[in-house]
This record gives sequence, structure tokens and C-alpha cells, in this order.
Amino acid sequence: MIRRASLLISSLLLVSTAVPTSAQVAVRGKRVYTMAGPMIENGVVVVRDGKVAAVGPAASTPIPDGFKVLEAAVVTPGLIDAHSTVGLSGIYNIPHDQDQLEHSAPIQPELRAIDAYNPHEKLVEWVRDFGITTIHTGHAPGELISGQTLIAKTWGNTVADATIVDAATVAATLSPMAEKSEKGKSPGTRGKMMAMLRAELIKAQEYATKMEKTEPDKKPDRSLELDALVRVLKGELPMMITANRAQDIDSALRLANEFHIRIILDSGAESYLMIDQLKAANVPVIIHPTMTRAFSDFANMSFETASKLHKAGIPVAMQSGYESYVPKARVVLFEAAIAAANGLTFDEALATITIDAAKVLGVDKRVGSLEVGKDGDVAFFDGDPFEYTTHCTGVIINGQVVSDKPH
Amino acid sequence: MINKFAVLRREFLAALPAIFIAMVSASAIAEDKPSANKTLAFIGAKIIPIVGDEIPKGTLIISGDKIVAVGAMDQVAVPDNAERIDVVGRVLMPGLVDTHNHIGGIGGADTSAPIQPDIRIYDSLNPLDAGFKRALAGGLTTLNIMPGSGHLLSGQTVYVKVRKADVIEDMFIRDADGRPTGGMKMANGTNSRSDAPFPGSRAKSVSLVREKYVKAQEYREKIAKAAGDVNKMPARDIGLDGLLEVLDGKRVVHHHTHRADDIMSVIRIAQEFKFRVVLHHVSEAWQVADEIAKANVPCSVIVIDSPGGKLEASQMSLETGAVLERAGVLVAFHTDDWITDSRVFMRSAALAVRAGMTRAGALKALTINGAKMLDLQGRVGSLEPGKDADFVILDGDPLSVYGHVMQTWVEGKKMFDRTDPKDYLYAVGGFGAGNEQVPYFCCFDGEGGR
Repeated sequence: MIRRASLLISSLLLVSTAVPTSAQVAVRGKRVYTMAGPMIENGVVVVRDGKVAAVGPAASTPIPDGFKVLEAAVVTPGLIDAHSTVGLSGIYNIPHDQDQLEHSAPIQPELRAIDAYNPHEKLVEWVRDFGITTIHTGHAPGELISGQTLIAKTWGNTVADATIVDAATVAATLSPMAEKSEKGKSPGTRGKMMAMLRAELIKAQEYATKMEKTEPDKKPDRSLELDALVRVLKGELPMMITANRAQDIDSALRLANEFHIRIILDSGAESYLMIDQLKAANVPVIIHPTMTRAFSDFANMSFETASKLHKAGIPVAMQSGYESYVPKARVVLFEAAIAAANGLTFDEALATITIDAAKVLGVDKRVGSLEVGKDGDVAFFDGDPFEYTTHCTGVIINGQVVSDKPH
Repeated sequence: MINKFAVLRREFLAALPAIFIAMVSASAIAEDKPSANKTLAFIGAKIIPIVGDEIPKGTLIISGDKIVAVGAMDQVAVPDNAERIDVVGRVLMPGLVDTHNHIGGIGGADTSAPIQPDIRIYDSLNPLDAGFKRALAGGLTTLNIMPGSGHLLSGQTVYVKVRKADVIEDMFIRDADGRPTGGMKMANGTNSRSDAPFPGSRAKSVSLVREKYVKAQEYREKIAKAAGDVNKMPARDIGLDGLLEVLDGKRVVHHHTHRADDIMSVIRIAQEFKFRVVLHHVSEAWQVADEIAKANVPCSVIVIDSPGGKLEASQMSLETGAVLERAGVLVAFHTDDWITDSRVFMRSAALAVRAGMTRAGALKALTINGAKMLDLQGRVGSLEPGKDADFVILDGDPLSVYGHVMQTWVEGKKMFDRTDPKDYLYAVGGFGAGNEQVPYFCCFDGEGGR
């Protein structure tokens, strides 16, 4: 599954990140967690021209002359938030800075996160200061199909500077949060949500067939909406489906099975009830923030879900999710920390915000671990990164030091 | 069940048939007596008494619902009749005091008016709400349950212990006269602004509040002038009765406020009407810490993971606790449950330490300082002889993410035990842990949450 996801990404439109004139930099760490092998005591990470050039024990890993040298107690790969809306949902929570949901129609896969992402958003800086260097961000749960998500670095002057993958998933919601309460508006029920999704995917199938088989002058008019779904049907993009109740997760699997589409389960509050089914369907889970509020769709959430899924062999990535009020954003490091205190080991919890997240998102060739040739994204800490009282003391993105104050 | 009868006994004794009284009294006494006699010695834990230094290896002795001794193992004699409980390797600290939360399915003031002091939040609470279970799992034993912040004044709050309760009365913390204790919830800034009859601006907000307190002052004068003459008494107004308790200092105002100028407005009004106030949330208190210190007003701080969500919280800083502490302000934290989950309340203190607050100060802000803000420092908030036997036993440091609450005791009764599967379900969540209630909460649109 994971391998397939990685291969797939190579076929996607990759927007090369414009590497800023990066300082040549090396980080010395008492403990270096590369996430590609055992922890290295007294390790060194050398970043040259924005990429990891060497990783290893200090004794056998020389730091080239002229490199800026930083020191930390603990060094990790730059952290990955596997699902956020930061950059589309802004700090002030006023119409001016809320672009995470378009309510004009329930199905709008043509909406692209790259057209809404604000790299200068304060919340991007806020999470970056805690070591988060890559975010999978975009349209929030709340409409049946809300748009295409984006994978970006938390650094860059323009969205093109920041982007790793400009269309990562098509985001869908199978939850009462996508239902309309007004009389006469659809979808109003679970049954209607599935009916609408199925009809839409069937429409996209027919559109794809006509596009391929019809003579050039008889092709249907191009539809941005259906173009996006055809990419899902062809397996170029996964559909990320937000579902929490076991029955809604089951519906998501039913949809994937009918249309042979690749899905990522998002949120999954009751996914611990669906372990066998998720495993059989090879579906990875981007689990809800560990501290998500326990009510409504999330009434049966558990701090231990990440642990239970991981133990069953299901790929798990951690997310900060979407927040509609206060706080306006969560910090995925803090959410992984609570998972580390509730069943996951330290390494497993760290993997949910580094290498495992990269694999689920299909960007593990570039980020998620400290390996030669990968992006020079590094986070460092003055202690156990999960401890409440530890500080993130520095962040490097693409070889550039973007934070050097304790947070 | 028995507690309920005890309350009935206190409040309605005279109205009950004699034979029923005898039966109820007997059962109430029967339940109360054994625990009153029982002496338990918790031996060997690291004890954080809050008042006084941390004790590396200590003993806590409780008898019935009270603490009788606390100190180093070699200095506290364990009575012969005490049941000895080995807590070596554990950490023991007072039950946490949460100065501000919305547990229990609150339904306070409605949208009919911006100022509703007649509302008693306890008239809306469900003692069976799963939120109380989660609170115990987080080590919370004393709560100030408040109505929301969508009004200038949304009603009377209630101070409770998280006791085993069939009815909400079982949870009340009662004063010497047997009356439930609580404060008064007020708010300024943007949450309490709306279309008329709600205020549309800050100046109007203050004006409406002042008008109401002036009315309460006049009401008080009329009552004084009547000098007990029933014929001269003003018509009874239960809202103004509530405000009289505020003016008389019997009911503390718990005031939602974020922006620095809003904080100063609260202080201005409190000084004009001479009422006692605790500032809550205080996102921008770091900008006016010296002014708050000078006014001698305590602050209950919310610690959240990012600023924003609304304009008035956009300047929120994790350093607020540290800045206020350095300025000499009395600081507590609160969960605002469910803005933050009470199961991770200790995290609020730990994040404040991360941002520069002292460890001792942050631990006080979870316990004794909150007790002071609720006028309960004589009963809860520290481990001292004579205080209520409310305490938490942890398997690690309270400021560590890896520390879990193993047991929570309220008035000498074990109310939470992490090794009990039923309690564990509430501690970590899982199927059946939830409840279906959607909390009433000002300004939360629920988008993405429902």
C-alpha cells in the first residue's frame, strides 16, 4: 500500500520547491532520531544546498569547513502534520481569512487548495516554530466533496515556493457534519450523502469514457469538477474521506470497493471498531487529533486509537485537524505526545508525525526522515520532544534556519 | 443515593412525615459513620502538598473525609487502626481545582436579554454527564461550573465537588448555612455583543452593566429603608437578589475577558461597585500585568494550543502565566471544558512552565490559587491537616506527558481508579465513553464538529 502510494506520487505533478539561498548548516545532537534506523547518540546531520548530505555519529561524520553548526539535545526530521487546514483557515476567524470551506454547493472537487493557501498566515508560523515543516492542508471536512488538498512546506514567500504536491487528495466527508439542516437542501441524511457521492462518481466514469472514446469534435465539454474526480477514478489521486462513526467508515469502504478508488480514512474516531475491515482494504488512517473534543461524531474517540491501529499493522499518521473556534489550530507535535503517553512507544509516536506520515501522504522520498538526499528539514529540541516542558529550539527547512528561538 | 437523602434531610426535614424522617436519618447516618471512622494511611509516595516543600517520601493520613496528617515518612506516625496503603513510586498531590468549566450539559441564560442574574446554572446540570467522569480522570475534584460567555451576565455559577451523585445537589459545596456556593458569570468583549437587546459596542456593554448594578444598589437601599417592614419592602426580584450577593461580596464575579482594554473595563466597573472579581481567560493580560497587580485582581488563565479563533484571542500568549506570576498576580488555570479536555488539565500548568512560569507557581495555579478564587482555600487546594481529603495519585510527574492519574479521591472516597475498566474507559475514551449531549456554548458554530 505504502509503496504503491509512493510510486503514485512520482507520477503526480511535482512543483519543485524553490530552495532559498540556504546556509550550509550542520546540526550536532546528543540524540539524533533519523527515523531511518536506530537513534544515533552524539550524531551529526549535515545539510548542503538544502538537502541532507550526511547523517551519522559525530566521530565518523565530519562537518565541512565553513558550515554553520547548531547544537541540540534531540534532533528529529522536520515534523509532518498529515492533515490540517492551516493556511486556508486563518487566525482571526473572520470571513477575510476563512477559505477552508465553500458552502455554495456540496460537491466541488475542482476547488484547489493552492488557490487558497496563504503562506504568510500567522498560524503557519505558529506551527513551524514547534518543528512542523510539512503540512498536508486544504479543504476542511464539512461538505460532501470540499476540494483538493495540498502538501506544503511551512516556509516560502509564495504558494509555489512552499508546495511539494499541488494536488494531494480530493477531500470528502461522510459524516453528519456534511449534512444540511435546512428543509429541501441535500444532503440531509447519511443515505443521501452516499447516493450523491455514487451518482457523482458514476457521472465522472461516464465523462471519462466519453472523453477517451468519442471522436475529438464530439467530446463532452470539459468539466473541472469531473476532471478532478477522473484523477481519483484513475488512481492518480486518493480520496481522503473524513468519517468517524464505524458505520460511516464502513460506507467509505463500500464506496472505495464499488469504484475501485484508493482512499485514505481521515479522522476515524471509531476506527478501532473497523480494524479488520481497514486492514483488508489496505486503507491508511490519518487519525484525528488525540485531544479532539469527545462529543457528537467524536463521542467515542479514544486516546488509544493510534496505538490500536498501529498494533494491527494499519499505517497511521497524526493530524492537527480543523478547528472552528478556540484554539484555531492544534499543534500536531502535542497530539502525537498524548498518543505517546497512551499506548504508542516514543518511536512509534514520532513516526506518526514523520516517516509514517510521509508514507501515507506519498512524500517519503523527500521528507519524513533524515537520510542523504532528502530535503534538509530538521527540528531540534532541548529534551524529549513530547514532554510538555521541552522546547523546540530550532527549525531548518530546505537547509535554511527558519527558527532559532525556544518555543 | 444516601447523600441525596442527607440533603433532603437538611432542607426538607420539617415537611417530611415523622416515620420517613426516622428511616432516612438512620440510613444517612449509617452511611456516613463508617467512613467517618475509617483511617487510611498512604505511605511512601512523593507528596506535593502545594503549601510547603515537596516531600520525596511521604505519608498522608486521612480519617473519614478529612486529612489528619501529611509529612515525611519518618516523621508521621501511622495510627494502629489505620489501613496502610503502599504508594511507593507514586506521586500524590491535592485534587485539582478548576475555576472555570462547562461540564454537565449547561443551559444558562437564554437569548431574551443580555443580563440574567436570576439564572442558576445548577438548575440545568445533569450529574450523570460523562464530563464529570472525565474530570475525575484528570484529577479534578473541585469545579466552578459556569454558564457561557454569550451574555454580559449569564447567571449564577456553582461550586461543586465531583462526588458520586444521583442529583446535582449531591455535588454542591455548601456554606456554613447549608446553601450552595457559587459566583456570578459575566463577560465582555465580543462574545456578549449581538443584536438588540444585546449591546452592539463596548461602551454600550459597560453602560448596560452599570445601569443594572445601579438598580441593584437602589434595591438594596429600599430593602434597608424598609427595615424589616414587609409593607415597605420592594417587590422581590430574584435577579437583583443575586446581584446583592455580588455587591455584598458574598458572590465573586467570574469575568470572561480577553483584550487588554476589556480587562481594564472590568477592573473599572469592579472598583466602581466594589465587587470582588476574578478575571478569566485574559489573553492579553500580559500587556497590562502591572495594572492587574496594582488592582489586586486575580487571574484565571486558559492555556490553549494556538492563538486566534476570534479577534480577541489573537494575541494569546503561552507566557501569560509567567508574566502575571512575575508581576505578583494570583494566577490559576482553568479547563474551560470543553474548550480544553479536563483529562489533560495538568498540561495547562506544564505548558505555562514551558513558557517561563515557575514549577511551584504552576502547581499552585492548579490547586490552592484556584481555591482562593472560589473562597474555598480553607477546605481544598492543598494537603494540610483539617482540609478535605481530596487528592490525586499519579504514576509520574504532574507536569510530564507520561504521568497518568491513577486514582482520584474526593472527601476520603476513591472516585476514580485507572485499573478499574469502567473508569479506564472514561480516562482514555472508547466505545461507550461518549455522551450524546451537545453542549450549549456561546459562539461555537459547530462547523466541522458535528
